[in-house]
Amino acid sequence: MPLDNVIFWVFAPISVASAIAMLTRRNAVHAALFLIVNFFTIAVMYLLLDAPFLFAVQIIVYAGAIMVLFLFVIMLLGVDRTEASGERLFGMRTMAGVLVAAFILEIFFALRAGIGFATRAPGGFEAVNAPANTQALAKVLFSQYFFPFEVTSVLLIIAAIAAMVLANRRVRAVTQAELEAHQAAVADEGVPTEVLAP
Amino acid sequence: MRTPIAYFLLLSGTLFALGTMGVLIRKNALLIFMSVELQLNAVNLALVAFSRLNGNLDGQVLAFFSMVVAAAEVVVGLAIIVAVYRRSQSVDVDEARSLRW
Repeated sequence: MPLDNVIFWVFAPISVASAIAMLTRRNAVHAALFLIVNFFTIAVMYLLLDAPFLFAVQIIVYAGAIMVLFLFVIMLLGVDRTEASGERLFGMRTMAGVLVAAFILEIFFALRAGIGFATRAPGGFEAVNAPANTQALAKVLFSQYFFPFEVTSVLLIIAAIAAMVLANRRVRAVTQAELEAHQAAVADEGVPTEVLAP
Repeated sequence: MRTPIAYFLLLSGTLFALGTMGVLIRKNALLIFMSVELQLNAVNLALVAFSRLNGNLDGQVLAFFSMVVAAAEVVVGLAIIVAVYRRSQSVDVDEARSLRW
C-alpha cells in the first residue's frame, strides 16, 4: 500500500470521528477542541492533495486564529452553560439523521456515476504546481486574481469595523428625570413601561 | 499521488453532511456556528480536490479566498452572538425570538 493511501486511511476516520464527537458533546469547549482536531486532519488532506500552502494557512488561520476567537467567546459567555435538552420539533433528530444519511448516499452515487472511484488526477498538475506550490499560487493570485485579492482586504476591514460596532457596549447614564418617570410608572402600573439600562 | 480523488470528495461530502446535522440539531448558537465552519471546511476540501483533479490552481485560489471570507464571517457572526447574549442573557437560538411574533 502506498504511503499516501496509508495516511489517507489513518486521517479520514479521525476526521469523521472528530466531527461526530463535535456534534455529540454537550460542553461547548469540548466541541471546539474536537473541531480543532478536525481542522488538523483536513490540513493533512491538503498536504496529500499537493497543496502545502493551504496546509499552512489552514493551521494558522483556522486552527489558530478562528478557533481561538471561538474559545474566547465561549469563555466570555460562560463555559458552564449547558444546552437545554429536548427537541424543538417532534422527531427532529431522527429526521436530521435520515436526511444526512440520504445526503451521504447521494454523494456516493453521484461520485460513482460522475468521476468514478478509480479516478486518479492527470499527471499535468506537477507542471502547473512548479517550481513550488507557494510560488505557483502567488503567480496566479497576483496576476489573474489580483482584483478579488484586493477586494478581500476591503472585506476584512469592513468585518473588523462591523465587529467593533456590534460588540461595543454603549454605556449611557440614566438621567434623574428618566429615573423618576420609571419609578412613577412602576408605582402606577406595577410593571415598568420601559426597561432602563442599569 | 495515488489516492483516488473520489475518496477525498466522499470525505468532504460526509463532513458537510455532519455539519448540516449539527446545524439542524444543536440549539446553542455557538455550536451551530461551529457546524457552519465544518461545512465551509468540507467545501474547501472539495475545492482543493477538484483543483488537483482538473490540473490547475483555480480551486486552490478559490479555497484561499473562501478561508479569508470565512475569517471575516466568523468575526461578524461572533460579534452578533455576543450582542444577542447581552440582550437576552442566552445563546439558545430558541430564546432569540424578538424578531418573531
